[in-house]
Amino acid sequence: MTELARKRPEFRNINALKDLPSYRLPVAGIVSILHRISGFLMFLLMPLIIWMFDSSITSEISFAKLSAAFNIGIGFVPGWFMKLVALALIWAYLHHFIAGLRHLYMDVCHAVTKEFGKSSAIVTLALSISLTAVLGAKMFGLY
Amino acid sequence: MSSVNYGSKRIVTGAGYGFRDWLAQRVTGTLMALFTVILLAQVIFTSGPIGYEEWAGIFASQWMKVLTFCVILSLLYHVWVGMRDIWMDYVKPLAVRLVLHVFTLVWLIGCAGWAVQALWRL
Repeated sequence: MTELARKRPEFRNINALKDLPSYRLPVAGIVSILHRISGFLMFLLMPLIIWMFDSSITSEISFAKLSAAFNIGIGFVPGWFMKLVALALIWAYLHHFIAGLRHLYMDVCHAVTKEFGKSSAIVTLALSISLTAVLGAKMFGLY
Repeated sequence: MSSVNYGSKRIVTGAGYGFRDWLAQRVTGTLMALFTVILLAQVIFTSGPIGYEEWAGIFASQWMKVLTFCVILSLLYHVWVGMRDIWMDYVKPLAVRLVLHVFTLVWLIGCAGWAVQALWRL
């Protein structure tokens, strides 16, 4: 075996239930895992997203049905639950979008210091959460 | 063999090092981010309330259809790279991983087909 082809080391000493809750994740790490979780969420809910896109552009009737799904409900699913799922998608999109821009900025500007990692992670969380709150309040008719 | 095997001294063998996917993730991400801004701008600069006519009208123009089509394909590839990373990190048994990879591909290609169909019916 050449040096390049040797077996790579494996570490499996982290127990998800015993160790992860006590690990202190830095804020950049929180943004990173949320980037992954938000992407996974959008992957799972992709048929719902496309159904909404389809209904919204196909005809006036399907558009009205989609509006009704959010205001009154659809089938056994109440309208408030549809709004809650939409809110989760809004958060996922915003977080993934902003965290993605952060990655692009880091790549283009070589901004890879520890300090920048922390401060930009805080900005990412603050922006995504506050924008989600603003849009969520609008969707639930608070203003 | 020299002890330094990174940077410009790295000895590159035939295997892929993930650069292609790394770059594709950024290129497709940039395209989708631009699409988001363009769509948002059209929504914001529409005068009056947005009903069906205004909303569908945004996607009806040919250039917007072509752009949306490109974004759907970008999304397909972007999500494939991302999901494959997730499965590779957390799922170790090869058989399970293969099943999940196939599921992901079928799920994504099905979704992309549906989205393109909805778009081009308009």
